Order: sequence, then structure tokens, then C-alpha cells
Amino acid sequence: MRWVSVWRRNMLVWRKLFAAAVLTNLADPLIMLFGLGYGLGALLPSVEGMSYIAFFAAGQLCTATMFTASFESMFSGFSRMHGQKTWDAILYAPLVIDDIVAGEIMWAASKAWLTGSTILGVVVVFGLAASPLVVLALPAAFLVGLAFSAVGLIMTVLARGWDFFSYYMTLLMTPMMMISGVFFPVERLPAPLAAVAQALPLYHGVEIVRPLIAGRLPEQALVHVAVLVGYAAAGYAAAIYFARKRFSE
Amino acid sequence: MSALAARGLRKSYGGTEVVSGIDLEVASGECFGLLGPNGAGKTTTLRLCLGLITPDAGEIELLGEPVPRRAREARARVGVVPQFDNLDPDFTVAENLIVFGRYFGMAAADIQARIPALLEFAGLSGRGDAKINTLSGGMKRRLTLARALVNDPQIVFMDEPTTGLDPQARHLIWERMRRLTQEGKTLVLTTHFMEEAERLCQRLAIMDHGRIIAEGSPRALIAQHIEPQVLEVHGPGYEAWMAQARSLAPRVERAGDTVFVYADDVAPILKTLAAGEELAYLHRQASLEDVFLKLTGRDLRD
Repeated sequence: MRWVSVWRRNMLVWRKLFAAAVLTNLADPLIMLFGLGYGLGALLPSVEGMSYIAFFAAGQLCTATMFTASFESMFSGFSRMHGQKTWDAILYAPLVIDDIVAGEIMWAASKAWLTGSTILGVVVVFGLAASPLVVLALPAAFLVGLAFSAVGLIMTVLARGWDFFSYYMTLLMTPMMMISGVFFPVERLPAPLAAVAQALPLYHGVEIVRPLIAGRLPEQALVHVAVLVGYAAAGYAAAIYFARKRFSE
Repeated sequence: MSALAARGLRKSYGGTEVVSGIDLEVASGECFGLLGPNGAGKTTTLRLCLGLITPDAGEIELLGEPVPRRAREARARVGVVPQFDNLDPDFTVAENLIVFGRYFGMAAADIQARIPALLEFAGLSGRGDAKINTLSGGMKRRLTLARALVNDPQIVFMDEPTTGLDPQARHLIWERMRRLTQEGKTLVLTTHFMEEAERLCQRLAIMDHGRIIAEGSPRALIAQHIEPQVLEVHGPGYEAWMAQARSLAPRVERAGDTVFVYADDVAPILKTLAAGEELAYLHRQASLEDVFLKLTGRDLRD
């Protein structure tokens, strides 16, 4: 549990910059949610039996959680590791690189969860959730955050410069967002693309959260949870492997 | 009991051996200096001793703990002052100490209780709420030193503690380091300032190309490796004079247009200079720097 002190360090910085952090994390996804949800939604009577904004809310919740987790673990994490040498200083204490990796992933997941759960709060306040089942989307959002934090941190410990992250963002995250059922049902996609989506974590997050907002339990919930847990666990293991390598130089 | 003992340490990076078989023994309460030109392997040796990297060969015992196997346990009682400050820029002076104390698993109340004394030590009393980027280079260095003491360590490792500081700031750091040794703490420092090593260290080792090439107290090293008197001579006609000096002194060296003459007795050589030549000279006692240059050469290290 030594990673907790790393988590608390990041938490303390976040608290100091609270207003700016919350604004940037939430303003963007909420503007998208209402802009696209109501604007585009006016043209679409219903999607999969839901209003378009309720349909899109699940996608937007997961996407915003994914972006918060990725930005925190990659850009902020790289700044701490590479720019400020904060990790070097932590290693003088009785912590090892594994503790730092765990603390960073847990922190980014926590911050992402806050984004996801705030959006969920907005969804509830605007009456878009059909039943109290929607609270189950809270742990789901954490799982989405954990998966993307862990994968993001692999990028961080492999990165030699900031440019590296643009490839990941542009080549992976943006296309993933398009094919994971965020904006439209995956069934609309050609089969090969749908198969790709099913291999990626965002799709599974959306597949859990969308039925919960609609007031149903997700089908094949265990599969979706397992994929997210798998990404988190594999990402964690890989991030530790590459971090150890980087810090043994 | 020795605070730090290392035997047969070796470490290579990409086929280049940076540390090539080092033995070290630092007694408890001692101030030990590791000297060497840039790239001699000093920082790598420190990182090995702290268990931050794993040696290719050799054994390390730090405060009775085998390293790197139990480096975590050892580091709980160790302080580190790195070569480049890595204070947390997001925090104030006091927050830096609090957050760092937490890494050691210290309770908030215990850290808070230590802060006034640590700030006093750093000469930063009343500056607890200051932001890091408002501190001068010397203040940052002192805060880094205070941060290394947050866990009340038995041994403090300092990697070039005064590099880049002005003389005032440097003297203050030296004074604080002496205070630490008086409190019974063991200090291990790397430096390439001979003056620093001569003033502070009871014992030192000179490193070059990954090896220790001399070891002992500053005085013993000077007595053992170099003639006690030095003449530095420069000016027109120094080359002709150099030939003359060679017949009178056991060791004559030239660096650029300056001649260095080392001898047990320089009186006969001084006579040749008094003969009215236009040569300028400086007569002084041999120092650790002379030993260092003799052992590691006068060539530039980049």
C-alpha cells in the first residue's frame, strides 16, 4: 500500500488546482453531450429505443472517462516522470518503481472516475436515466478509467518525448471513439470494424453503461467487465515491466 | 560498524563498463568523499549503493542491509541529495517536506513536528509557504538538503552538493554538513571541488575510469602522492627556464604556458627565479588538487 503516498501527492496538487482541473475535465464533455445530444437528437426520433441524448450519454460518459484517464497518465504522468523528475525523488524513499506505477495508475483512474461520475450526475439530474440501476455505472466508470490509465502509463514509461503521445491519441484513441458505439450503434459498422471495436476497451465500457442508463442490466456483463479488467491488469504489468527497464538505466 | 561497505562492484551500460570493480568502506559517523573527474563513475557508484540500480557483480551492505535485495529497508534510514534539484514545483516549501515525509510512511503529526527545525536548518524559517520557483539556487539546495533529513536518516548521500552555488551559498552548505557530522550522521558525498573534499572529508577516494585509484585522508593523500612544495611559473622565456628547473626538481609539468614545479625543497629553484628574469611565479603548499591532477591527468574530460 506504499503507492498511496504517490496517489496522495497527485491528489494534493489536484486540490490546489481544483477549479481549473474540474472546468477543463468537465466543460468539454458536457458541451459535447448537450450540443450533440439535443442538436443531433432533434433529427433522430430514437436510437435503440432511447432518446438520442440518453443513447449518446453512455458513450460520452465513457469517452470523457477515457480521455481524463489518458491525459492524466500520459501528459501529467510524463511531466512528473520526465520534466520534474518527481519519480526520481520518490525513489530515494523506501518506494520502488512498482509503487509509483501503481500510484499513478490509481490516481489517473480516480480522476477519470470523478469525470465519469459527474457526467453520470448530470445525466440523472436531467432525467436521462430510467432507473436506480444507473448507480452501477459508477464502478463501471472506474473500471474504464483503470483500463485507460494502465494503458496510458505504458505509453508514458516508453515515451522519449511529448510527440509520442500524439500518435497514440490520433492513431488509436480517435478511431476507437468512432467505432465503439459512442455516437451510433456498432451494428451500423461493417463486420470487421465491429470486430476491432470488440477487441478494444471503450466498446465494453459503453456496452455496460448504456443499458444501465436505459434501466436494464447489461447482457454479457461478465465478458465486458473481464475485458476491462484484462486491459487494466495487462497494462499494469506491462507498465511495470517497461518502467523497471527505464529506471534501471 | 561500517555504515556502507561495497566489494567488487561492477556496472556496465551498453558494453561500456562504468564501474569496474570498486571496494568501499565508510565508517559510521564519518564524512567520506568520492572524487573524480566528470564521467569517472561517481554518480553510478552512489546509485548502486542506494539500490536504485543493480550491480552486474559485487556486494553492497548499507546500514547492515544487503543492497539491492533489502534496499527499501535501508533507504528508510537514508537521506539523498541529488546532483540536480528535483523539488516538487507544484508545492510550497513546507508541502515539499510533508509530501516527502509521507513517502517514508511518516504520520502527518510527526512530519509537522519536524518542519520548524528542518526550515531552520535550511535557513528558510518563516518561508514555509513560499513557492519553489521564488527560491534562489542556494535556497533550493538547502531545501533539498532539509528534505533529505525529513526521515532523520543515519546516513546522507550527497551528489555534488555545492555545484553551481556562489561562495556564500557554498559556505553555508558546508557549515550545515559539518553540523550533520557533529550530530553523528554519516555523510557520503561526491564532488570535483578539491577544496570541498579537503575541508569536509575525513577520508576520500579518488575515482577515475570506474576504478578507485587512491584512498585515504586528505593529508595522507597529499603526503603520499605529491611533493609538499609547489611553484607555478609563467611569463616570457618560461620554456628555457623549464629546462633549468628540470635539473633541480623531481617533477616539472607544463599546462599551457604555465610550469608547475613540485619539490620537497624549492629554495634552490627560487634562486633561479630571483636572478631577475621576467617570470611571474606563485609559491604554495601542495594541495589535494595537485594530487588529483597528478593521478587523473590534466586532460579535459567532457
